[in-house]
Amino acid sequence: MRSIFKASAAALAISVAFSVPASAELTGDLKIFLDTSNPAPRATMEAAIAQFQEMHPDLSIETTVIDREAYKTQIRNFLTADAPDVATWYAANRMRPYVEAGLFEDVSDLWQEPEIAENLASTKGAMTIDDKQWGVPYTYYQWGVYYRKDIYEELGLSEPATWDEFKANCQAIVDSGRACFTIGTKFLWTAGGWFDYLNMRTNGFDFHMALANGEVPWTDDRVRATFANWKELIDMGAFIDNHQTYSWQEALPFMVRGDAAGYLMGNFAVAPLREAGLTDDQLDFYQFPAIVDGVELAEDAPTDTFHIPANAQNKEAAREFLRFIVSPEVQTEINNGQNLGQLPVNASSSVDDDKFLQQGFEMLSSNSPGGVAQFWDRDTDAEMASASMEGFQEFMVRPDNLDQILDRLERARQRVYQ
Amino acid sequence: MAVVAPITEAHAAPHGWWRRNQQTLAPLLFLAPGVLFFLFYVIFPIFQSFQISFYKWDGLGEAEFIGMRNYEDLYWEWVDRDAFYVSLRNNLIWLIMYLLAIPAGLFIALFLNQTVRGIRLYKSLFFFPFVISQVVVGLVFSWFYDPTFGLLNTILGWVGLGPVNVLGDDRLVTYGIIFAGLWPQTAYCMILYLTGLNAVDPEQVEAGRLDGAKGWRMLWHVILPQLRPATFIAFVVTIIGALRSFDLVSIMTGGGPFGSSRVLGYYMFEVSLSEYGFRMGYGAAIAVVLFLIMMVFITYFLWSMYRDEKGAR
Repeated sequence: MRSIFKASAAALAISVAFSVPASAELTGDLKIFLDTSNPAPRATMEAAIAQFQEMHPDLSIETTVIDREAYKTQIRNFLTADAPDVATWYAANRMRPYVEAGLFEDVSDLWQEPEIAENLASTKGAMTIDDKQWGVPYTYYQWGVYYRKDIYEELGLSEPATWDEFKANCQAIVDSGRACFTIGTKFLWTAGGWFDYLNMRTNGFDFHMALANGEVPWTDDRVRATFANWKELIDMGAFIDNHQTYSWQEALPFMVRGDAAGYLMGNFAVAPLREAGLTDDQLDFYQFPAIVDGVELAEDAPTDTFHIPANAQNKEAAREFLRFIVSPEVQTEINNGQNLGQLPVNASSSVDDDKFLQQGFEMLSSNSPGGVAQFWDRDTDAEMASASMEGFQEFMVRPDNLDQILDRLERARQRVYQ
Repeated sequence: MAVVAPITEAHAAPHGWWRRNQQTLAPLLFLAPGVLFFLFYVIFPIFQSFQISFYKWDGLGEAEFIGMRNYEDLYWEWVDRDAFYVSLRNNLIWLIMYLLAIPAGLFIALFLNQTVRGIRLYKSLFFFPFVISQVVVGLVFSWFYDPTFGLLNTILGWVGLGPVNVLGDDRLVTYGIIFAGLWPQTAYCMILYLTGLNAVDPEQVEAGRLDGAKGWRMLWHVILPQLRPATFIAFVVTIIGALRSFDLVSIMTGGGPFGSSRVLGYYMFEVSLSEYGFRMGYGAAIAVVLFLIMMVFITYFLWSMYRDEKGAR
């Protein structure tokens, strides 16, 4: 009796093993490099990887978490010398140097699979260079104005829908002895966010992308129009003083203390603002208003990505990991409010109930007809990004230097895109 | 048997040769590791930098030979008063301002060169900034200069002077960083002078005193000439230190605001190795320029050392 039971159990086990798809039999090592070094993202990714490990017990997974800033310079070393099987990075032009050097694996085959092709269609463009896809996204987040609702209420202001309202609000805030916006430009990229929005609202998404691709001279009058709008804000005293000395985190306390009423930032600013004691009654979000009528609204929504290095050892397991990380359930899980607190890239996933994520998702899916940009330093060439963002910072401190700045950027453009 | 014989022969021959040449070989062997490392990590990279500076290379893909193009770009940046000009100008400011460490170090050394109770403690306190890392010095001074919470503005506030944002002002920032750099560098020069002062011949001081020299005349005519070796070393380390300044710029401002505190070393790092830097060839060209500037000083130092040694013989 007993032996019969054993035999049938064994037969059952064998038949189960055969019916499971080949992907379940992944073996060998899987080296994963992550740049999610902040505590919450780190825990999130480690939990997701642990889940993947459970599904593939024969796979020996080795995870390395590298400091997010250090990662940006280390990536070129490890991609060439000692490549992992999976590595995080950023979408669009930011991955171009590695794609062109042949260091990222072409994963267009994954994008042919229906689950990915259908559910991730919205981010396909950001992952495409030369008609091929070079990785998969795992999270993205909206940009926009985070503001102190209580200060707006105190001054009787409401969320602006037009540029004139935006400026009128700002004037009222400045008159009350505060700055409209906090910003820390020490590491330059925060000024790139302002340029993105002002330029996309003044000249539209297509012009913005043409400028990012070096097709338009910096001395063009349309570029000057963007800077003229920016200068109105600067002359008004919209931004906090000494912003060139602060990082984006060091600029947060101005908003927390109420010295500044708003912050043009990515959604990742919400967590530290809440931790600093701002409640959801004090903190709210609005979309950057239109500046020129008829210019379609376009948004920044930077996407963080996973790639397979060309020199990876276990590409089969790596592909399975990418399928896993973009699957609807995992996307819902890792992007929820307790984890990354960002937006899932999979259309079949659900967005967390968090009010900022809901507003951001709403904005990106229904009120961004112009298009979705990655971010200035991800959309343009690396060298152009560093030169231009330095110019933006200089402009914010010394608006009168505009002509020299634009001449300098034009020279850089001619060199970079010759 | 036929196998054993050649072995003993082979063994005997180098033994004799070793005996004969031991005197020459021993120092060469001792030098070998150092020389090899120096060749591999210093001399070889110098030539490699020269070579890379003629290429356009992103550090990842294929390098493309472009001749003098990188140097042409540097020239135009100079003409246009662009980043290269700013870096070179800042390096010059560093070079001049940094030399203040030498007189400052000398006067602190003279001040500390006395036998009072606890002088060892005072000496070590003055030497302290040289012991701590440049990174810490940079951080401490960035907090000191902080426009909202910094000590500097609090102190200025006491005497009724307005707030200054030293590290955020393109006209002040380089001086602010150099001032931070002077703190450890002064301590370094002080130590050099303190050891030099130990070697000052008391008889000469006595003789000078009999001849009625005191104060400045004593310092200028009796003490300083005897401190010449210390002064020489202080000059060498200060000038080299000024030219290779990098850590403080990197920690305190990252070259900003808008690139106004760049120095050549930092600019080189920025264009080739930083987050957005993919221009290895251009970085190498900047490195070559910096190397040539340093070479001028190094040649002068070597030449004057050689001349002194010849004079001493």
